[in-house]
Amino acid sequence: MRSHARIGFILLLTPLVLWLGLLIVIPHIDMFLISIRERISFGVYETSLAQYEKALTEPLYLRTFWRTAVMSVLATAITLVIAFPVSYYIAKMAKGRLQQVLFMLCLIPFYVSELVRTFGWMILLRETGLVSTLLQWAGLADQPVEMLYTDATMMVGLVYTSMLFMVVPLVTTLESLDDSVIEAGYDLGGNGVSVLREIIIPHAMPGIVSGCIVVFMLSLGNYLTPTMLGGKDSLWFTEMIYNQFIVRSNWELGAAFGFMLLVLSSVIVWGMLRLTGRTLQETMG
Amino acid sequence: MTPDLECTDLVKRFGETTAVDNVSFSVPPGSFFSILGPSGCGKTTIMRMIAGFLDPTSGDIRIKGGSVLDTPPNKRPVNMVFQHLALFPMMTIAENIGYGLRRQKMPKDQIARKVDEALDRIGLPGIGGRKVDELSGGQKQRVAIARCMVLEPDVLLLDEPLGALDLKLREHMKVELKALQAAFDTTFVYITHDQSEALVMSDQIAVMNAGRFEQVGTGQDLYYRPETPFVAGFIGEANRWKGRIDRVEGKALQMRTDSGLAMQATAAGPMTTGDTAEIFVRPESIRLAASAEALSGFDNQLQGKVTSILFNGAASRVLVQDDAGETLEVTLPQSGEFDALKRGDAVHIGWGAAQATCFKGAI
Repeated sequence: MRSHARIGFILLLTPLVLWLGLLIVIPHIDMFLISIRERISFGVYETSLAQYEKALTEPLYLRTFWRTAVMSVLATAITLVIAFPVSYYIAKMAKGRLQQVLFMLCLIPFYVSELVRTFGWMILLRETGLVSTLLQWAGLADQPVEMLYTDATMMVGLVYTSMLFMVVPLVTTLESLDDSVIEAGYDLGGNGVSVLREIIIPHAMPGIVSGCIVVFMLSLGNYLTPTMLGGKDSLWFTEMIYNQFIVRSNWELGAAFGFMLLVLSSVIVWGMLRLTGRTLQETMG
Repeated sequence: MTPDLECTDLVKRFGETTAVDNVSFSVPPGSFFSILGPSGCGKTTIMRMIAGFLDPTSGDIRIKGGSVLDTPPNKRPVNMVFQHLALFPMMTIAENIGYGLRRQKMPKDQIARKVDEALDRIGLPGIGGRKVDELSGGQKQRVAIARCMVLEPDVLLLDEPLGALDLKLREHMKVELKALQAAFDTTFVYITHDQSEALVMSDQIAVMNAGRFEQVGTGQDLYYRPETPFVAGFIGEANRWKGRIDRVEGKALQMRTDSGLAMQATAAGPMTTGDTAEIFVRPESIRLAASAEALSGFDNQLQGKVTSILFNGAASRVLVQDDAGETLEVTLPQSGEFDALKRGDAVHIGWGAAQATCFKGAI
């Protein structure tokens, strides 16, 4: 009996171990090994930290690195601020069918690939696009307006792409909040602000934290949206990784960039958990 | 003396349905008032209107003489103990109790002192630092009451707060709630579907059915002098017979039941010969005897067979089937006289006309 349970346990665990091992652990070890070598001449490599030194001393690399970090945090914050009222409305105020319909409306854009969705924004915002035409027609602009390739446009794209991943955990946690607890908050003298601060937000904290972690990681690792909507003026760190690997065939530097991004996201997620006083276990479990 | 709470001609409609239909009542200061009714009768709607979560369609709610219709829930001098208590799980016990005081911008040290006092009052000193889910059902109950009582409301509303507790604890909490009410000397308005909760604790009970108050009175009034057939059937147990009135002499009357028996009863309200009517007799008003002679003093006498004995300690009952084939519930006396009674035994039963209440119109 015990040996049966053991075999079952091993069988159940195998796919997970294989997945983690083959797709995550081994590639990362390999990547790390690539990142700490330096090409001396054709086919001759030496172990060194030269790649990281280059990455940390070259202003363009370093600036893009920090910019990506700050912009991702900002995108996460904006997504949270927009998604919270939306989620609250879906979870607590909408009833029955309306609730389902609203939730579906959040989900439906994600049936389409990210590429197509981003093209949608380009159609709206380009010089000859819908918004520009409308502004000219209304007399608010006397020549075509280019709204693509700015930080603001990229931010719109990032927030739009991440919305669902914030709304889902928020709706789930907010739904589990008993209406009578909110009513009790008012009954005992609270107003909208204090009920939100002392009751709703503390209750929604697990959803807020897990939503923020997912959205932050998605933004940080996003390649498509910054490339298409941000253009040359808004360089994203993932674009630089791509360039090193594919365009310049400099795998060593690309791998070093990749590792820097991994460390950055780990540090920021850890900081986020510390700040809210939660453990990863609570948030994910 | 101005009543603490007064509702006049209160009406609440949801679309086509009328949940609360022209209800008026007043609750004197310091009393324990219960609204008792089956689920869906509108009692929760009344409570939510008093608390301010619903606006009445028409009518007025006055607290200590002043109308509160335009006062939002967070400004009303009433607090509510919710059905599932609705303690704040994200806060400690002390933070829960102090929540309302923090809203009043009371200084921190004063809040801490008041919270400690409240915890002493409910007999749970020193638990302020604990989390809500570390408490037992009865402790949570008391904390929920303390959380309201620190705010010194004019009226405390309780919405079936004992519903989630197990039987033993519920019995205990009934006594405790009454004691807490006396200790805080505040007006309690309590809603429940459990008649025993209402009867044990209340000074006044309103029996509610289909949006209306059927009768308002003390427990004794409702039990011994029900004014409507609904109250007679809802409070306590009753044997019922439907039939037609044979003759009426003042309050005394005789009714011919559908099964053909002639019964002596007392009229509740005016009645004339030929009316359809219904008689209610409580199981404990019926006397059980081995022979007809022992029942000679009773106005109504029947004989029948024991079909079942329902043993439940002091509340044991016997089911007796009379010759007409109807089954009656009779209280089994615990004097030892009927210890040998078993299924199939022939018995005689009887009751006085004064114990049989007759209502006009069959329901």
